[in-house]
Amino acid sequence: MMRSRSTLLGLQLLVAVVLLAIWHLGSTVKLNIPAISAKPFYVLDPFFFSTPVAVFQRTFLDFYSGAIWYHLGITLLETLLAFAIGAAGGVLIGFWFARKAVLAAVFDPYVKMANALPRVVLAPIFALWLGLGIWSKVALGVTLVFFIVFFNVYQGVKEVSPTLLANARMLGMNERQLMRNVFWPSALTWMFSSLHTAVGFALVGAVVGEYLGAAAGLGYRIHQAEGVFDVTGVFSGMVVLSIFVIIIDMLVSAIEKRLLVWRPAPATAQ
Amino acid sequence: MSPVLSVVQPAPQVQTSAVVLEKVRIAFPNAKRGGASFVAVDDANLAVADGEFVAIVGPTGCGKSTLLNATAGLLKPASGSVSIFGEALSGLNRKAGYLFQAEALFPWKTAVENVAIGLDIVGTPKAEARAEAREWLARVGLAAFADRYPHMLSGGQRKRVGLAQVLIRHPKILLMDEPFGPLDAQTRQIMGNLLLDLWSADRKAVMFVTHDLEEAIALADRVVIMGAGPAARIIGEWKVPIARPRDIDVRLDPEFHRLHKEIWAALKDEVVKGYRQSETVEQGQ
Repeated sequence: MMRSRSTLLGLQLLVAVVLLAIWHLGSTVKLNIPAISAKPFYVLDPFFFSTPVAVFQRTFLDFYSGAIWYHLGITLLETLLAFAIGAAGGVLIGFWFARKAVLAAVFDPYVKMANALPRVVLAPIFALWLGLGIWSKVALGVTLVFFIVFFNVYQGVKEVSPTLLANARMLGMNERQLMRNVFWPSALTWMFSSLHTAVGFALVGAVVGEYLGAAAGLGYRIHQAEGVFDVTGVFSGMVVLSIFVIIIDMLVSAIEKRLLVWRPAPATAQ
Repeated sequence: MSPVLSVVQPAPQVQTSAVVLEKVRIAFPNAKRGGASFVAVDDANLAVADGEFVAIVGPTGCGKSTLLNATAGLLKPASGSVSIFGEALSGLNRKAGYLFQAEALFPWKTAVENVAIGLDIVGTPKAEARAEAREWLARVGLAAFADRYPHMLSGGQRKRVGLAQVLIRHPKILLMDEPFGPLDAQTRQIMGNLLLDLWSADRKAVMFVTHDLEEAIALADRVVIMGAGPAARIIGEWKVPIARPRDIDVRLDPEFHRLHKEIWAALKDEVVKGYRQSETVEQGQ
């Protein structure tokens, strides 16, 4: 049972307000309960938890002074490059493997092996190879995005309905036309269905890369703040990151809606 | 051998047969450790005259579709020959249009794009192909649905689009594999009538596979019965001497009833046999 849109929005906001209120009260109101502690104490010590006001103030100042924009831009650039390169590679190789069964069979164990590897261990290697600039982060993102897109495209081309294929051939399509009219749209469909995950992973690659060693980016800022026990800075970085992710996700949804207009709407549980 | 009725019949002028199947045997290799191959159809002989509407009826799993796929060139017979207008078939049958049982529309194309694709791929200018596709959609009664995607159409509407998609290429032979199988009974009758209307405009040779004897008699000039598989054979054929044009009321015709009774008598045993076969196969697995 789904209530109206505004009710839902109200409830969603209520959750945020309640959580923020608990955080705010816990970190600003000193309790004096001798049974627990001799001295008056905070439930959420601001040294460890900061306060909502301080976090929002810091975030606002970062944006207002313009200090954060540069880092945001770097992270965005890394994310986009990682996604573009990883997706292009995934589509090409996925397509190729799906059409050449022998190739897929030969490389199968290696692909599985590479995909099973936790990508974080690669970060120092990439930093060594590509330096501390953006490319080591892009490379890390690519290793994440590539496999998601690769597996989806591979599956998409493999699972083209045999009837659809037979129909296309009976309608007179040659190999090239089959590629363009049957395999390619099918592969793209599967790729787009993994778009949210792929973009998300591109961002994870960028931020984790920055966190492990960089001179700019959101991950770098969070790492810097942690280094000096600046909890407000860490939380502010997380807030910026979350907003950033939500905006990117909304953009992806908009693109998806445009491109997959022919797809039946998923049966949403209402 | 087969009880062909000698009632006067406005037979189509027979010159060359559109389709001739001679001693066609179709086998599938057995997947299990190179065991004996599975013979789906054996010793099938069938000639379809140009402009003749032949319905092929048989119990489930008797290889009706297999026979159709061999005629389409999608399957190569193990032995025997398939000739199309006097020429031995090699590769795909370029003279045939095929309406499949399963969904075969391009889900990412709108109805009009789906219909136009047959013209697009032979290089017809886009505008021209679209215009003609819209005409065909109008002919199958879907003018208002041209810009819908397949998932926005009902099962019957999708079949209409499929029909237009096949017919826009003006194939000389129309192969239909239980095309109206998944539709409800009323929609099937309406689709049958639509098919007859379109067919009577430029009589193509039609091979219409169905498991529904009533549908077969209502539509066809000739009904061919296949026995139960494996190694199914054609076990009989009946001419349908009911005058054309036929309409939905054809099912009330006394001739229809007589024919139905007669063919059913022959078909019944095969249907029972077919079920028994499929049961033992299932138990075997």
